[in-house]
Amino acid sequence: MNWQGWLQIALFLAAVIAIAKPLGLYMARVFERRPAFGDALLDPMERLLYRVSGIKQDEEMAWTEYSIAMLLFSAVTMVLTYVIERAQAYLPWNPQHLPGVAPDLALNTAISFTSNTNWQAYTPESTMSYLTQMAGLATHNFWSAAVGMALAVALIRGIARKESRTIGNFWVDITRATTRILLPACIVYGLILVSQGVIQNLRPYDVAPTLEGGPAARQVIAQGPVASQEAIKMLGTNGGGFFNANSAHPFENPTPFTNFLQMLSIFAIPAAFTVTLGRMTKSPRHGWAVLAAMTALFLAGVTVAYWAEAAPNPLLHGVDQRVGAAQAGGNMEGKEVRFGIANSALFATVTTDASCGAVNSMHDSFMPLGGLVPMANILLGEIVFGGVGAGLYGMIMMVVITVFIAGLMVGRTPEYLGKKIEAYDVKMAMLYMLIFPLSILTLSAAAAVSPAYGLSSLNNAGPHGLSEILYAFASATGNNGSAFAGLNANTHFYNFTIAAAMMIGRFFMIVPMLAMAGNLAAKKSVPPSSGTFPVTTPLFATLLIGVILIVGALTFFPVLTLGPVLEQLLLHAGKAF
Amino acid sequence: MRKNLITSLIYTLVTALVLGIVYPLAMTALAQALFRDKANGQLVLRNGVVRGSRILAQNFTGAGYFHPRPSAAGTGGYDATSSGGSNYGPTNSKYIDRVQAGAAALEKENPGSPVPIDLVTASGSGLDPDITPAGAEFQAPRVARARGLSEEQIRQLIARHTESRQFDVLGEPRVNVMDLNLALDELTASGKP
Repeated sequence: MNWQGWLQIALFLAAVIAIAKPLGLYMARVFERRPAFGDALLDPMERLLYRVSGIKQDEEMAWTEYSIAMLLFSAVTMVLTYVIERAQAYLPWNPQHLPGVAPDLALNTAISFTSNTNWQAYTPESTMSYLTQMAGLATHNFWSAAVGMALAVALIRGIARKESRTIGNFWVDITRATTRILLPACIVYGLILVSQGVIQNLRPYDVAPTLEGGPAARQVIAQGPVASQEAIKMLGTNGGGFFNANSAHPFENPTPFTNFLQMLSIFAIPAAFTVTLGRMTKSPRHGWAVLAAMTALFLAGVTVAYWAEAAPNPLLHGVDQRVGAAQAGGNMEGKEVRFGIANSALFATVTTDASCGAVNSMHDSFMPLGGLVPMANILLGEIVFGGVGAGLYGMIMMVVITVFIAGLMVGRTPEYLGKKIEAYDVKMAMLYMLIFPLSILTLSAAAAVSPAYGLSSLNNAGPHGLSEILYAFASATGNNGSAFAGLNANTHFYNFTIAAAMMIGRFFMIVPMLAMAGNLAAKKSVPPSSGTFPVTTPLFATLLIGVILIVGALTFFPVLTLGPVLEQLLLHAGKAF
Repeated sequence: MRKNLITSLIYTLVTALVLGIVYPLAMTALAQALFRDKANGQLVLRNGVVRGSRILAQNFTGAGYFHPRPSAAGTGGYDATSSGGSNYGPTNSKYIDRVQAGAAALEKENPGSPVPIDLVTASGSGLDPDITPAGAEFQAPRVARARGLSEEQIRQLIARHTESRQFDVLGEPRVNVMDLNLALDELTASGKP
């Protein structure tokens, strides 16, 4: 570790906090449909879209209709992507003449992108045509992000409204998220990325005889419309790479500056959502308290990851792993020189705090405790900033449990921002929280005891192998999409089980959340009394962190002990596998 | 239900057209108009023939060239249609053996100097265009011998091609191998009769 590394981490955090307030207030304006910059241009376009699709923009929806619209839309977009993948050989923008994608992989991928996971069981540059990437996959990066944002806003409305039957209009929410936040930001951001060297073209792959020459020495250079996808991949916390190496690839992430922007764009909307929450519930200090809890958990994660990755691997001899002016040192396997240790550890923390899943280094090659950090971030529910929308509603579930526990301690009915939290709400929050480990632990256990289906895909033996399996199902259920990528996941077994985990992790968790939103919206507001546990104080933030860590630890500590913790102990005992 | 289904169908088609076709094509047009070289991957041309990209590693094995980091991309390495890392974990004996073998081979080139870790570890993309300044320095004696140049000349060349942190803050100092090797070829061509 060195001061330059810490300085970059500090700069990053400062930039996130600086951006949160203006963006969060703007987002509140967008979703409350107050007049904003760009109305003159965007209003007529939106009205046209509403008219052709039969959307009545002033009609509000109850939570049930909101859920149905969300599920139908997700299903239709999923089918479209499946069809494009299967038919890509007959469609334009396929200069490499790639054949149609196999059915199990196409299904897995369609679910993966619909659920904002962007798990990739394939090598994109040799599997997906330019059209599939643009219209089949990048579209989902917009749609699933817009859906996530709409859901978070619906939940905020549920908290903010009093005795209301409805929580907003799903179609209007996803439209405004796209036209007023995601798309304009992507156009500017995408061009900045190109100016730094992210490619954007529709060329056939270049075939280059290498500089050194030799008869067989040629390099085929995969090309493509990368920047347009890269921008929404990060801003929508999707994370699906245009190339297999994702943001480690120089064409996706060519410079330290693009790397900084990519990390910032992962956290920008999730951090801003805490401000949106504060604004729309008229309790800005609650928003800041949530942001403070997130920041503390983020700092804990990045510190452990940076420390672990900068440390030398005791099994290697005769190589220089020291940190110095002329090299970053540490564990460089799976990392890029331009990012070094600090930016790789920071990126890994950010991408799993949020449900992004883009990677600029290979998590599978991290040191045991370095790899524990991204895994633990996912297992805690990706609520440290979290995915666009998904992070905020996940965090609010934790907040509900926290005020419930605080209520139990003092023996009063818990309240949250003027709403009494009753049995139904706690049940929905618990359902949300229990589905998650149920999917991860059951599926991981099934894979770990089946040599033919589960274990045959492993790239690493010993405890690291268990980590590969656990990470896969955690990433899928958490809709993250990053991987301990040595695991060969393009098998029937993994394509289907991981697809199931992604479905469960997205839709089975959203429905109880929306049910709670609807239930909260219908409630009366009670004025705060002396017995109300305030949700704006450092005490609240501390209790919230405690609840998050205890829930996570109680659920996953046993399996983590058998994976990364055991590997760390064996590493220092000099054991290799 | 029925109403929302019809809306879903129309909404999906319209927005797929806008977000999946119009947006990326417009971005391509803008990128090609404003940043043509960057948008096409900073290709290195010699006599009109594409020989590689400035920001993708390709394989160099000759003693007279600087070598990029080991690559796990594709079966033979440096495969720009199959980017990726080795995904070996830190306790994988295949990983330990590969690093030790690489270190033993490099040790012979430059006895007595410790082998910088980046020269024996596979990068994340398998296409890492850079090596650390330490990695370049380590290779200087070999390149100098093979090219018949002084180590001092090579060191000056490395210094000229060392990029510091971007804006003096971001990332890590690094040396682009392709740039360095192109400069080497130029230097040797002009230095020879």
